[in-house]
Amino acid sequence: MSDATVISARQKRSVWSRLPVVHQLRQSIGLQRGMLVAGLVITTLFVLTAIFAPVLAPYGFSQLRDADGAFGAQQPPGGAHPLGTTVSGYDVLSRVLWGAQTALFVIIVAVLLSIFAGVFLGLVSGYFGGWLDRILVVVSDAVYAFPSLLLAIVMSIVISGGKSNLIGGVLAAAISITVVFIPQYFRVIRAETVRIKAEAYVESARVLGAGSGRIMFRHVFRNATRTLPLIFTLNSSEAILTLAGLGFLGFGIEPTAASEWGYDLNKALSDVTSGIWWTSLFPGLAIVLVVLGITLVGESLNDLADPRLRGRRAVGQSAGIVAQTSVVPGGTLVAGPGGLGGLEGTATHPTEGLEDRP
Amino acid sequence: MTTVTTRPPSPRATGRKKRPATDGGIGRYILIRFLLIFPTIFILVSMVFWLMRTTGDPITAALGGRLGPEQLAERIQAAGYDRPIFVQYIEYLGQVFTGNFGTTISTNRPVSEILVTYGLATFELVFYALVVAFIVGIPLGMVAAYWRDKSADAFLRVFAILCYATPVFFSGLLFKLVFAVYLDVLPVSGRASTGSELQMQLLPNQTGLYTIDAILTGDPTVLGDVLEHAVLPALTLGLLTAGVFLRLVRTNVIGTLGTDYVDAARSRGVSEFRLVRKHAYRPALIPIITVIGLQIALLLGGAVLTETTFEWKGLGFMLSEFLKARDFVAVQGIVALLAVIVALSNFVVDIIAALIDPRVRY
Repeated sequence: MSDATVISARQKRSVWSRLPVVHQLRQSIGLQRGMLVAGLVITTLFVLTAIFAPVLAPYGFSQLRDADGAFGAQQPPGGAHPLGTTVSGYDVLSRVLWGAQTALFVIIVAVLLSIFAGVFLGLVSGYFGGWLDRILVVVSDAVYAFPSLLLAIVMSIVISGGKSNLIGGVLAAAISITVVFIPQYFRVIRAETVRIKAEAYVESARVLGAGSGRIMFRHVFRNATRTLPLIFTLNSSEAILTLAGLGFLGFGIEPTAASEWGYDLNKALSDVTSGIWWTSLFPGLAIVLVVLGITLVGESLNDLADPRLRGRRAVGQSAGIVAQTSVVPGGTLVAGPGGLGGLEGTATHPTEGLEDRP
Repeated sequence: MTTVTTRPPSPRATGRKKRPATDGGIGRYILIRFLLIFPTIFILVSMVFWLMRTTGDPITAALGGRLGPEQLAERIQAAGYDRPIFVQYIEYLGQVFTGNFGTTISTNRPVSEILVTYGLATFELVFYALVVAFIVGIPLGMVAAYWRDKSADAFLRVFAILCYATPVFFSGLLFKLVFAVYLDVLPVSGRASTGSELQMQLLPNQTGLYTIDAILTGDPTVLGDVLEHAVLPALTLGLLTAGVFLRLVRTNVIGTLGTDYVDAARSRGVSEFRLVRKHAYRPALIPIITVIGLQIALLLGGAVLTETTFEWKGLGFMLSEFLKARDFVAVQGIVALLAVIVALSNFVVDIIAALIDPRVRY
């Protein structure tokens, strides 16, 4: 699990059972555990496929011929090509396997970049407040309300001029997705910062003469990042969907540069009418599986991460709140009891800070 | 709740949730909320302008490979793209304010005309998608709440995640494959067959909304044809949102089932089914209204992909066509219009939410 190691590195915990994910795996029960395990298995498979794609894939992602000659276009599954070939004559299985690598790379770059930018802006904005905070909040709200795919399109026009070239195409896709995510990290971190700023320990640090930088990065940052692993999983799945959407609209990565599932689906669009199913089914299933796996992990972490949520489980009320804090966009906070002011008492709810709008 | 806020709510939808209703004036709330539209639109339109222009002028982008340098310079000068960018920016803002989004480079038509013609098609699609989302999402959410933590609930939760995890173009392709190619019961693509389109064009006052036009022709086969074409796109786009509605209804019904007044009803011997159906259901719908605002952004993004998949000639389809032609004036116009639509619909949704639920107001 890549995010497990990321988290553990940051929190500097060495005890195995206290590792995130492992810890949560242990405390989970029943259906919850089933969802978490299923998600972890799918995600692990995805990461392994991405890493070992060169070994696993029978051919290269842009290979059109081997020793026996050209593969031929739109060959049905079977024989040398277990999943058939595409309209351009690529091997579908190889494209699907290599696609995992592209997806993982884009996830890592996009999420890391947006964490850095979003966390930094959120900390500064939440800590100092004032006009800078107001401007940043208004801008991030405006960007947030905007359809993310459209924003990613605009960004990819800016970055690559609408053309996709070699590795730059992958990077352009990643950066386009980054811009979409920055407001999300910004809002969460800002909200946490606004809340933590008022805590007694920050007060004491200030009394002891600590500078703003030290307070921000040592006292506030450490405590404001608890929610990050969760947004990380959310954004990973959204990054895959956005990447595929860009690829589907023709902003993908050229087939000679890397394999990308959305691009392959775009090329499969015309195949469908003539009943050719294998060129669209397999890349599509790859997207669904990976997004499903990562979302399941995120959902389960969400449910298990909060002691109050687990506490409420016993009362038999939690199911609702669990889903309400869901990873799936739109299924979140706006609505639930929280949206109606029903979540009183959850003083540390990150949305609290969001309400301090100008 | 430390781990929430994966997708924080629209600020406009939540920004004032828990503030005590000091004066509670709905008029004041509407006014403030209305004034907030302008900075939002301003920021989005400016952002799109500056971002698109950093890549250079749109004429070179669209025609760079095809025209010689002199011709290019001539076209650039004629369109005014050689002036200082700030002058162009002010001019662009003024144009947007008056509803003028420029002229496309590839087809030389006013962008505003394209926006009206194809915007109606997108509106029709999004409307049908919302209908599907309501029909699928709300009853299933109540079912999931009724059997919470049972297998039906678990199944529906996975279904909701799948709705989200499946890209619309993939589900669209699958629907096409099954219903249009193998079963051959529904049309593959388009908004109507050629015959029906011709018949609708004969109408003296065509609305552009095919459903209404088809009714106006008075010919049931035309209406049937139009509706047939809408089934798969609406289902594809609707399921994306249905999953969200399902979760919302489930969450909120479960939430209201734990409240005192439901307990009171239960103690009076009201059946559990009736509790869900009559008592817990209505208040659970309020949050849905607030969420529709967020959903409109999601739906518009999804519409771009759905329209491309089904060759549904709406804004999204045109957007991808213009992207292919590298016509960035048109792209900028469509994106700016969508930004305005998102801002306006969020406003309307917030007002409706405030009218229904006084706690939402300032």
